[in-house]
Amino acid sequence: MRYIRSFALFWWDFIVGDDYRVALSVVVLLSATAVLSRAGVAAWWLVPAGVAVTLAVSVFSVARRSGQRSSP
Amino acid sequence: MDLTYGPATDAPPMTANAVLLFVAVFLASTVEMVEAATIVVAVGVTRGWRSALIGVGAGLLALAVVVAALGPALTAIPLNALRLAVGGLLLVFGLGWLRKAILRAAGLKALHNETETFREQRELAREARVVAGGLDTYGFTVSFKGVLLEGLEVVFIVITFGSNQGGILLASLGAVAAAVLVLGAVLVLRAPLSRVPENTLKFVVGSLLTSFGTFWGAEGAGVSWPGSDVALAVIIPTTLLISALMVAVLRRTTPVRATTRVGVA
Repeated sequence: MRYIRSFALFWWDFIVGDDYRVALSVVVLLSATAVLSRAGVAAWWLVPAGVAVTLAVSVFSVARRSGQRSSP
Repeated sequence: MDLTYGPATDAPPMTANAVLLFVAVFLASTVEMVEAATIVVAVGVTRGWRSALIGVGAGLLALAVVVAALGPALTAIPLNALRLAVGGLLLVFGLGWLRKAILRAAGLKALHNETETFREQRELAREARVVAGGLDTYGFTVSFKGVLLEGLEVVFIVITFGSNQGGILLASLGAVAAAVLVLGAVLVLRAPLSRVPENTLKFVVGSLLTSFGTFWGAEGAGVSWPGSDVALAVIIPTTLLISALMVAVLRRTTPVRATTRVGVA
């Protein structure tokens, strides 16, 4: 049981890393793109736009937390 | 030497068509190999060459096994599903790298407090576990997948161009010439790249992985990129530019808390 748990933890750390929202966002973006593409919509812009937003949210949330910690 | 496919009596000499076939396969294969080489060089410089090159070897071996086992039936492999999986994984890895590189460049990564110290220690432990056994699983996996995916695309190019024009051997020679050219470029670039500062490399590598992940992931999800592979020439600089803008904004709006700010260029 301990082996299975550490095996699962290893893969979670390896793939997801320290911000699970990034991995979740990638899954959502690619799924939405697949759905739109199958419906005949030109969805090439969705992944780049979503990736830019995801990166900004992830980076600026760390900056905001850091700012809150540094304020008196 | 007969460079054509099929009975020797049907084989035309080196005609204009044969030259065009060679050039077309050479150029198309060069594009795919440059994509694979970019990823391997990026991983080799930042995570170590040993694991990256073992990944290349394993990727080529897997490719050889697949080609030998399937032969012309290779075209039945669902390439889009492979692109989706590899692209998704590269996106997650790339965004993780880019996020850390941006935070380091803005001076927000090396914060000295208990929470951050704990997080850094956990990260170090995780990296140590990943490197256990002398092989960096991360570097190996990224190299392996890049080589396998791009290698499959080169094989598809050779089979489709070659069989349509009756010249599998000539098409194969075009692909081999592309491999020699790209390998030469990698050997030339290896030394100068090792002198680039670490965080700058991680910043660029994160941008490259994110860009390739965006391109392949969306393609695997069914997208047709405007301009096909040329779209990468827009995606890569755009990703770099957006990331550099984030560093600039963070430097202006947040107090310096880390011991030093490290550059990205």
